[in-house]
Amino acid sequence: MDPIHQFTIVNLFPIGKIGNAEIFFTNSALFMVAAVILLTGFLVVGTAGAKPVPGRLQSAAELTYEFVATMLRSTGGNEGMRFFPFVFTIFMFVLLLNLFGLIPYGFSVTSHVIITSVLALTVFFTVLIYGLVRHGLHFFNLFVPKGVPIYILPMIVAIEILSFISRPISHSVRLFANMLAGHIALQVFAGFIILLGTALGTIGWIGGVLPFAMIVALFALEALVAFLQAYVFAILTCIYLNDAIHPGH
Amino acid sequence: MADGTRREDERTEPPDNEAALSARLKRLGERLDQASRPSETDFGARQTNDTSAFARGFRLSTELVGGVLVGAGLGWLLDRWLGTTPWGLIVFLLLGFAAGVLNVMRAAGVAPDRNLKD
Repeated sequence: MDPIHQFTIVNLFPIGKIGNAEIFFTNSALFMVAAVILLTGFLVVGTAGAKPVPGRLQSAAELTYEFVATMLRSTGGNEGMRFFPFVFTIFMFVLLLNLFGLIPYGFSVTSHVIITSVLALTVFFTVLIYGLVRHGLHFFNLFVPKGVPIYILPMIVAIEILSFISRPISHSVRLFANMLAGHIALQVFAGFIILLGTALGTIGWIGGVLPFAMIVALFALEALVAFLQAYVFAILTCIYLNDAIHPGH
Repeated sequence: MADGTRREDERTEPPDNEAALSARLKRLGERLDQASRPSETDFGARQTNDTSAFARGFRLSTELVGGVLVGAGLGWLLDRWLGTTPWGLIVFLLLGFAAGVLNVMRAAGVAPDRNLKD
């Protein structure tokens, strides 16, 4: 009945120790491992014995490749393609985790801010380190817009730097909050059916059709959101990576 | 200029004719499309075209909140390290707010993105 209960992390079995803290294999880890296995299996089986006329699985695998490749080329140009494995992994991983959350008795890993913030920070540091290695100090041109009068430049640079640092926050919060809010809404409406049924008996169960219809609609919306948020996460990754490849001039 | 063309439309077509009315509505729609196109293309090219309005609104709000939070956090940390309480927080909160607004304008395609300048 508690709408937050679905997000509880359950320790399944211990896998090691760091200092005094015991490290557990959790239900969250289980779903992440499942996502990796499913994704790897899908691509390995889909591309094994590739034929000129693709079968179903090969078509699907090629479709996902084309989708991410188009997204990356449209933001980062051909040079962006060197980040293809990174962006493809992030997109498919987030997409699968989002969809796993929709399976009954599933667990939505991406509704935990720690997961999304680690992903966003990985992107952030990739941009920072790759940009610095590739362009050296020229990378900091990113913070100096052209054609700004010198007397307001210090303030503009400070604002640009803050804007840069705030990226991982909005990047991670967007994904996590969307998943969290959606799953709580689903659970709350499901709770209404139980409440109506136990409080009003038969009439209540019949009246429960209304929240049930709402759940069906919300579920469709959540399926859309699961895909959309994975897409938004990936395209923002592309846009940020583009800064590392072409930091201003 | 819009007024001139509209008056012309009204003169050439009888107003109670249903076909003419729908033709005029269609033209109005086209003109509206044209008027709103500049902002649309800036933003539509890189932005997710098919993003629902909810997702867009949510994205914009997180951009703003992110900027303010980072500004406040940095200011607070600087105050702790340098003992400049409360000036760091005040200055960086304001700068953070400006950064948040900048983020929102970039995300909405109102401000030119630095990547597109070249």
